[in-house]
Amino acid sequence: MTLRDILNKLLRRQPTSASTARERLQLVLAHDRSDLSPELLDKMRKEILEVVAKYVEIDLEEGAVSLETEDRMTALVANLPIKRTVTGAIKLKENDDE
Amino acid sequence: MKTNTRIILICSGKGGVGKTTLTANLGIALARQGLKTAVLDADFGLRNLDLLLGLENRIVYTAQEVLEESCRLDQALVKHKKEPNLALLPAGNPRMLEWIKPDDMQRIASMLSEQFEYVLIDCPAGVEDGFKNAVSAAKEAIVVTNPEVSAVRDADRVIGLLNTHGISPVQLVLNRVRPKMIASQEMLSVDDVTDILSLPLLGLVLEDEQVIVSTNRGEPLTLNGTNSPAARCYSNIARRMQGEEIPLIDPSKEGSGIRDKFRRLMQTKIF
Ligand SMILES: Nc1ncnc2c1ncn2[C@@H]1O[C@H](COP(=O)(O)OP(=O)(O)O)[C@@H](O)[C@H]1O
Ligand SMILES: [Mg+2]
Repeated sequence: MTLRDILNKLLRRQPTSASTARERLQLVLAHDRSDLSPELLDKMRKEILEVVAKYVEIDLEEGAVSLETEDRMTALVANLPIKRTVTGAIKLKENDDE
Repeated sequence: MKTNTRIILICSGKGGVGKTTLTANLGIALARQGLKTAVLDADFGLRNLDLLLGLENRIVYTAQEVLEESCRLDQALVKHKKEPNLALLPAGNPRMLEWIKPDDMQRIASMLSEQFEYVLIDCPAGVEDGFKNAVSAAKEAIVVTNPEVSAVRDADRVIGLLNTHGISPVQLVLNRVRPKMIASQEMLSVDDVTDILSLPLLGLVLEDEQVIVSTNRGEPLTLNGTNSPAARCYSNIARRMQGEEIPLIDPSKEGSGIRDKFRRLMQTKIF
């Protein structure tokens, strides 16, 4: 992020087109490089969410799985917001079999 | 086959980014350094290299007759009058596309490497058969791109394919760079593109009207030692190919007015 980007944010101006281009390219290249279809990615997202939801309470609506890329390496990144109790502790699922 | 001949594919994925212009200018610049150089037009569908070199009226035979063995290689090679170290092997009839195979390209490249120190292959756009034929003859590659999303995306595709073909080294040339637009952050910067593609940068070429003037005349900018911005960039690239260490032109340092200084300040990376 550059000084100009920060200034634009503060003034609620549009980001510069170069920084938009950078972001769009990073996303599209992550997909191009991985060769994963959107359907497959969505299937993986659902299954990952199911596994995690077995142990902690997560916000199923908010969960996202995406591809990110740097130095020609692609990473699968899961962002799963965990619900917290009023005291701030992580809500664990109460499993009978444990 | 001489093993130390450098056979370099000049490719991009996207069309119109400046492959043929780069091939012509590097060919002349390397020849001017005293290196025996051949440029091979592998764009059989849309041949243009002859035109940019001003050699279109001197073509008798082409790669097609060489492959059919109806002429010898040196009968098909067109020597440049002003720069005799440079020769063009013209592309044949577009119908060549129907039968040419990777083996054919390899045969041509190995014939050329007996006589030349550099073989530059002007690759067709796309990633289909034309590209696959051309890549099979090459050892190294230069990927040409522009600081624009579509060109960068296509370059990325091509880099992936070059890697699977075992081509190495693969280097980047960023063409049509406009320092003013980069300064106002309305164009991807040189660092942006090299970061995204993770390729070593062989050089950048500034946007320059003289490129069009020189194509009108059929005389590449590197031919007469003119000092236009793009001409300097092309000769720097040719000298870097020979291992000379020549600093990159820094587009952000162009211009010294108060406005340019402010633009530079605004480009400071915070995180
Ligand atoms: N640095 C430059 N500045 C201005 N125009 C350029 C530059 N490089 C290429 N061009 C122009 O871009 C067009 C496409 O170039 P060309 O070399 O034919 O691309 P390609 O072979 O990749 O299809 C031509 O009209 C050429 O004059
Ligand atoms: Mg071309």
